[in-house]
Amino acid sequence: MSVKAPQLPIYLDHAATTPCDPRVVEAMLPYFTDMFGNPGSRNHSYGWDAENAITTARQQVADLIGADPKEIIFTSGSTESNNLAIKGGANMYAKKPAGQTGRGHIISVIHEHKAVLDPCKRLEKEGFDVTLIDPKSDGTVTREMIEAVIRDDTILVTVMWANNEIGSFNEIPQIGELCHEKGIIFHTDATQWVGKMPTNVKTDNVDMLSLSAHKIYGPKGAGALYVRRRRPRVRLSALQEGGGQERGFRAGTLNVTGIVGLGKACELCAQDMDTERERLLALRTKLENKVTSALDVVQINGHPEKRLAHLTNISFGFVEGESLMMALKEIAMSSGSACTSASLEPSYVLKALGVGDDLAHSSLRISMGRWTTEQEIDYAAEKIIEAVQKLRDLSPLFDMHNEGIDITKIEWAAH
Amino acid sequence: MAYSEKVIEHYEKPRNVGTFGTQKEIHERADIGVGLVGAPECGDVMQLQIKVDDSTGLIEDAKFKCFGCGSAIASSSLATEWLKGKSLDEGLEIKNTEIVEELSLPPVKIHCSVLAEDAIKSAIADYKQKNA
Repeated sequence: MSVKAPQLPIYLDHAATTPCDPRVVEAMLPYFTDMFGNPGSRNHSYGWDAENAITTARQQVADLIGADPKEIIFTSGSTESNNLAIKGGANMYAKKPAGQTGRGHIISVIHEHKAVLDPCKRLEKEGFDVTLIDPKSDGTVTREMIEAVIRDDTILVTVMWANNEIGSFNEIPQIGELCHEKGIIFHTDATQWVGKMPTNVKTDNVDMLSLSAHKIYGPKGAGALYVRRRRPRVRLSALQEGGGQERGFRAGTLNVTGIVGLGKACELCAQDMDTERERLLALRTKLENKVTSALDVVQINGHPEKRLAHLTNISFGFVEGESLMMALKEIAMSSGSACTSASLEPSYVLKALGVGDDLAHSSLRISMGRWTTEQEIDYAAEKIIEAVQKLRDLSPLFDMHNEGIDITKIEWAAH
Repeated sequence: MAYSEKVIEHYEKPRNVGTFGTQKEIHERADIGVGLVGAPECGDVMQLQIKVDDSTGLIEDAKFKCFGCGSAIASSSLATEWLKGKSLDEGLEIKNTEIVEELSLPPVKIHCSVLAEDAIKSAIADYKQKNA
């Protein structure tokens, strides 16, 4: 039975970015034209209108994550928030001045986003020690794993809340509790988590949290960093200096339209978070069931339960990634492989999980969103199954597998 | 990655996909030459098989299977087309540059044509060795 084609290509890459919700756009529009003022202008109504809009947005963001509005620093997005938290935090809490070694110890995880790993690498060059731990093979990180590597000179722990490639989420409240016991500052990159899962920075023991508007149906170029003000009061050295905006943490005229959009997006996510999550979970379950019942040598990556509802990462044995994407051009999604394909970058996240250690796998990351329909999921499932079957009919490795030959035992002439 | 029309055409309708038997059978049959080149960790594996008519010495049939990108699939598909009806010596004359030209492969995909040439040479060598 063939499924009726929805509008193509189907967008199933919401973990990369989301469309703006029309209600978000509507909220933003007046601030481009009529209310274009600079919130820093204290002497006229243009400035006051803009400032009021910022105040509202700050409250909306704070409400979504259980923070106080004073604890919200607006940024250009999660990359900037991560840089500010990690570099700004490390430099503030450094044990020794710049130019020396042994400035303090930082703990993170090998499957973090590059926007966390690269600032950590930078700090390593600047005299800090960095420990990157491996996640479990299901992609999760626990309190015990962090506890095992904490040192006397550990000043900062940064662990993402949910992984962007596989959706597995970590024991953030427990890791936060550990850090508070030890007096260590704890940051989490919650880009993929916030807006989808209930979040309370106070009870979840988070000191700093990064979030982005464009992952939650807001505009690109807007985001926030939550910085705890009480128990402990977190201090940061600013990366960007100038007019002293955002309590001196982040200078620069505020991106009023973007911030208004971020605020509205947060409000909308809070409104129907639970029903939306249940709807997407049902769609994901349907997709995964269809694919795994039609195909063998298929693996769903990540933790079976501790995983974001809207995202799935599926590995297919004996199928090459680029040809798979070529067969699936009607579906916009991300691909990755753990092996070094000729033209696709291998995924360091999947590598960290040990996916594809038996060499010939490719993986699809499928991430659904607010407007994903059941019809789209049915169609995508059918196309994925067809494509994998077609490529396996072509694959000499699949033949070998079916004949009981272990391809890892063959002496391949690597070229 | 933008593919040429010819690559897409071969990818959508690959020629001569298949095998002349199980792995065990094709390695035992003296009329079949098998070339298996590439490596899974590099993202390309080609298996090319030729069936040679003992009386004429001509390649009467060729089949392939390929684990790899669209260009690798197209290169091996094209190789089977070109091999059919050729003598072994003529087969050895097929150069990767001719495959590049025929399929308009971009520089990053030249290794696919090299792999196809290796597969041809390897299959012919296998046949010769079996019949030495």
